[in-house]
Parts: sequence; structure tokens; C-alpha cells
Amino acid sequence: MTGRGGLLAGLAMCILSAAALLYVLLPGGESQTIRIGSKIFPESYILAEITAQMLEGQGIEVQRKLGLGGTLIAFEALKTGSIDIYPEYTGTLSQAVLRQPDMSAAELHAALAERALAIGVLFGFNNSYAVAISEDIAASRNITLISDLAEHPDLNLGFSLEFLNRGDGWPALQAAYRLPQRASGIEHALAYRAVDSGKLDVTDAYTTDGELDTFDLRLLLDDKAFFPGYDAVLLARRDLPRAVTEVLLRLDGRIDEATMRTLNRRVANEKMEPHLVAAQFLRDNGLVTGNTVDSPGMARRILGYTAVHLKLTLIALLLACLVAIPAALALARYSGIARSLLYVTGLIQTIPALALLALLVPIVGLGEIPAIIALFLYSLLPIVRNTLTGIFSVDPLLKQVATGMGLTASQQLWKVELPLAAPTILAGVKTAAIISIGTATLAAFVGAGGLGEPIITGLTLNDHRLILEGAIPAALLAIAAELLFEAVERTTVPAHLRV
Amino acid sequence: MAGMPVLSLNCVSKDYGGTPALDGISLDFAENRITAVIGRSGCGKSTLLRACNGLLVPDRGAVEIFGQPLDYTNLSVLRRRIGYAVQSTGLFPHLSARANITLLASLEGWEQERVRQRLSELLQMTQLNDDQLDKYPHQLSGGQQQRVGLCRAMMLHPEILLLDEPFAAIDPITRSDIHRQLLQLHRAEPTTAVLVTHDMREAMRLADQIVVMEEGRISSSTATTDLRQDNPDKDAEELLQLLMAETVS
Repeated sequence: MTGRGGLLAGLAMCILSAAALLYVLLPGGESQTIRIGSKIFPESYILAEITAQMLEGQGIEVQRKLGLGGTLIAFEALKTGSIDIYPEYTGTLSQAVLRQPDMSAAELHAALAERALAIGVLFGFNNSYAVAISEDIAASRNITLISDLAEHPDLNLGFSLEFLNRGDGWPALQAAYRLPQRASGIEHALAYRAVDSGKLDVTDAYTTDGELDTFDLRLLLDDKAFFPGYDAVLLARRDLPRAVTEVLLRLDGRIDEATMRTLNRRVANEKMEPHLVAAQFLRDNGLVTGNTVDSPGMARRILGYTAVHLKLTLIALLLACLVAIPAALALARYSGIARSLLYVTGLIQTIPALALLALLVPIVGLGEIPAIIALFLYSLLPIVRNTLTGIFSVDPLLKQVATGMGLTASQQLWKVELPLAAPTILAGVKTAAIISIGTATLAAFVGAGGLGEPIITGLTLNDHRLILEGAIPAALLAIAAELLFEAVERTTVPAHLRV
Repeated sequence: MAGMPVLSLNCVSKDYGGTPALDGISLDFAENRITAVIGRSGCGKSTLLRACNGLLVPDRGAVEIFGQPLDYTNLSVLRRRIGYAVQSTGLFPHLSARANITLLASLEGWEQERVRQRLSELLQMTQLNDDQLDKYPHQLSGGQQQRVGLCRAMMLHPEILLLDEPFAAIDPITRSDIHRQLLQLHRAEPTTAVLVTHDMREAMRLADQIVVMEEGRISSSTATTDLRQDNPDKDAEELLQLLMAETVS
């Protein structure tokens, strides 16, 4: 009886899960909601929050999909309509996305228009590479331009490894300005400190780096216009409602480099949360009146993340059971096909999760669907493998006896083979569940939320408290899953058959 | 012996990679009697048994049950009229002894009361008790397991009973008890029984007819009473030697 009860329960859960997926897949009918994305670094979060709160201040409904795992994911999400707006840089668009480094502004606009996209807003600052020098030395030697460096060959130059080795970094800069110095490599996080303490005179910087202001540094003027423009823009779909674009236009030119540096510093150094930094900026500039930000308490926040995390994991797991167990059972008798099924599911397992998500975004868009599909695919291997192993390891004598007694093929499956394979199948589902709980933290990269959201935000903002806010519940979930499956095994599988 | 034989083999042959496991076997099993099929390992006696319930499809010849040739496309209905017991490992480890015995009855949709009644009849004849029925097979002794197997085979009142070396793994004292219980069971509910064994004592004790197999053929078929009458001074081993020698000469 336990065998049949367990299987019926399993079947019921499969049906429930299918219903749940249907619910997720159904369009929400929220066409007027503007979906705002961001990439995973503090400046992108701040700009996205400024945009979101600006719209909310005008009563426009907004959905945030912050912390998308890279330029390509964000751009594809915009192109396919999973988000409506996200902050980007003109240099990144021409170089990394459109792959035409020497585009003029007009060409860039045309290329975006072809993709039904447009630059909605120019914030008014340029986040480019820059050359920074110790203020003391600059003042005493009267250095203001990068060209001035050529006359001071004794200066000690140290650059971040990326800048030192990029084709458009130090080698090109040296050639363009005919600089005589030799440069050494240094970790970017340490460079400002080294300049500050006099161990280094010159280093590379980002023009909006919040840390610039905490050290006594001067940014040299790029008098030969060597560095390409990285003008910060709001990249948007062309079909945005007029009401939205009109609100956003009020942000045009409102943030200069010094302002952005201040905002960045508040997040990086003062550990303020990006949405609070954005709210303060909007209030200070009279762009939003009143306090529209209400931040939920930590317990409620964690509960919300956990609920989404569980939902993603459960739907993916139940769908995987629904597909993998019947497929493995059906194919078990054809050993060749069963083996290729194993190879295919094994192959899926080798695709890095972030790459799989990046592949899925252009096809199914952002949000829970690509996350569920990825988790579903990763869950297949352990379930298929253990189902096949479980069925293959049923004693052939028992199958012969079952046949000889007069059990039909389906009675043999349900009464003998499945109950005997059940402990092994259950172990496979458990493995899949625990893998899924871990992998689901990556769902935040595609805007699906879950416990990955505080982890990724925390990593970006270097905020350990935020990382733990996601990591500890995720670890507890994994342990809870382990205990739950143990309990299920104890109640449904007789002691002598447990794996 | 009136009417059709319940179970008969007609020139049944089966090859395994060119080696005949069954070589033109023709045999009518006496209705409601126990026939022992005895021989060395690999003589084909187990193959013969598996041909009887269609687990094995012969290359040539026919198996007839209740006067009809076996219909290999739809055997499960017929097989429920044939009890089948193998060595003790044949019990399903995930089912209690009770669930093993009543599995077929529940698949047949028997009423609970009918199941309970049948179970108590069988328990009485095999001297099993309720406590033992609640245990899993691995918690029972070898003798108890075998009695559970016997009950399972007899549950649906089969007309034919196939026993594939069921008592091979049991100690001699217990075996003697089970032999007695099997005979008692068979007297109470006669079946056309085929017992495959390599033990001549067991065959002499249980069977009405002893069929000796060698290399896929039947080398002799003798009524047990005749064998005992003709050779009152010989023990089981000597009788077997005698039966096997007959074919050589």
C-alpha cells in the first residue's frame, strides 16, 4: 500500500506543478507596468532606482528587474521586450553590443532605431577611463593635461591589470601621447591608496568612481580625446508610452560626474542602499516630492526572497519529475536510447548556469521562466540517472516471478519495479532538489528574484550583511530539503530497502 | 484420466545457441497428481517448467493447457490459474508476507472477507501465524519464507501448481515439515503439480510420478509406487542410479 500511496501522491504533485507552471506562464495583464532593469554594479542600480522612483512619483507603475547578469543579458532582455528601460553607456553599446567601436552618435542612434530601441535620456555624465594623479604632485609641477605627463619621465605609473593589458588601454594611451614612462600593474582597489601614500604617482580611474573624492586625486584632462565617450544613457524601447518618456526627459542632464561620484560613494563607502541614495537625490533635486520609498523589514524581505526561491525550485523540480521519471521508465527497456538520454542530460549539466541563462533570455525573455527552465534542465540528470539505475537494479528473478504469477506489464511496473526502484528515484530527486536550491540563487541574474537577489546585490555593493541575508536562508533551505526527503523516505520506504 | 489432459507438452524443443535445452519433449502431466522432474543441473528441467507457463517460448512444438495451445499474446489471465513458486528469494522484499500472499487476490478485486477467509485456510495448512504475516520476507526464516511462497502460489485456488526447486535452500528438518504440509495441502486442494528438483528423496516423498531428464530429453518416467514396489531394498540414491542407468542401456 505504501508504494501505491507514494506514487499516487507523486502523481498528484506532478499535476499540481503543471497547474502552477500554467499560472506562471499566463500573461499577467499588466501592460501599463514599466519594467526597469539594471546591470550588476552600484552605479547601474542607482540610475535604475532613480528612474523607477521618478516614474513612481508620477503614479506610473514600475517593476524592477535589477542586477541582470551582464551587458548581453540586459540588452537582449530589452530587445525582446522583457524590460522597457535600463541604464547603459554609449561606449559599451558601440563596442560591446554593436561591435562598431568608431560609430558616430548618429550611426549609434540609427543602429538602435533598427532594433526598435532609443536613447531616452542622457544623464549628463561620462563614465570613462581617466588618468588620475596625486593632487600634491599635480599642483607642484602644474600638470593638468595628460600630455603634460610626457614632460615628467620620472613619474611612477601603475595601472590596473585590465587597463595595462587592453589594446585600447595603456599601450594605445602611451603611443597616442608619446609617454616615456614604464608602467607597472597594480590591483585597482589598492591603486588610489598607493597614490595617496606616495608609493605611486599616476593610475587609471573611472570618472565617476565614488572613491576618487575620498583621496586627494586630480583627474587629468584627456586633451587628445583618446578615451571613447561612455555617456550614461537610459536605453529604452521606442514603444514606451508618451507619458513615460515625458517624465524621464526631466532627468536629462541632471547628473554630472561629480554628482554621480557622490552617489556612488554613498553606496560604496557609506553602505547606503541604492534605493535610498536614489530617493535622496530625487528629493534634493525637487524631482520627487514626499517620501515614496518604503523599505520592508529584513524578516519580511527574507521571507519574500525565500518564497520566490522555493517557488522557482519546486516548480522546476516537479516538472523535472513529471518529465524525467516517465521518460526514464519508458526508455529503460531500450538500453541504447536510455544511455543516450543519460548523455544528453549529462551534457546539459556541463553548460555553466550563467551561460544557459544568457542563452535562454533572447528566447523566453527575463524573469521566472528562464530560471525555471534552467533549473528544470539541471534537475533532469540526477532524476533520469537514478530512475534508470533503480529500474535496472531490480532482481531479474523477481521480474520473472511477477510475470509467472500473471502480473501484467503495467502491474509489474506499479507493484514491483517502481516500489523497488523508489528509494533510488527518491535519492535522485533529493539530489536534484539540493542542486536546484543552490543554482536558483543565479535566477536573480535574469530578474527572477529569490535568495540570489540579496546575494548578488551584496556582492556588487560589497555588503556582507546583504550577502548573508541570502546565503544563510539558502543554506537552511538545502538542509531543510535534506531533512524533508529523509522524513519522506522514513515514512514511505521500509528500513531494509533504504539507500 | 477422462477428457483432455490439464497440462501437456507436445514435441517441445528449445535451443540456446545451438545447444538443445529441450529436445523434443512430449509429456502429459497426470491430472491432480504431483509429477517430479528430476535431473542434474543443466539437464533442462527448469527450462521445461518455464515452458509450461509461457515464460519461455519453445522453438518448436506446443504447450497445451486445459486442452488449448498457449496463447502467448495474452498469458496473464491464464497464469493466474497456475500457481508458481520458486526458491525463497522469489518473495517481493518490499511487501509484507501478507501482502505477498494476497497480491493477486487484491489485483483480482476480491472482497476483504473472502481474502481473510482464504488466508486463514492457507495459514492453517502451512502452520504460519498472523505475527509472521506482518513481517517482511527478510525477517522470516528460510522455512517460513518458503511456506509464504507456497501460500502465495495457492491463493487463487490454481488448477496447476509449478514448483521450481522451492525447497532447495532449506535445512533437512524444516524441509521434512514443509513436505508434510505440501502433501496435506495437496490432499485438501488437489492440483496438477509439477515439481522440479534435484533431490531424489524429495521426489520419492512428494511425487506420484518421477520423470528423469538428461541433456534436454526425458530418459524415464515411472510411477513412484511401482518404483518402490519393484525395488523394496534400495534407497533413493540407488533408485535414481537405477533410473538413469536404464536409459544408458
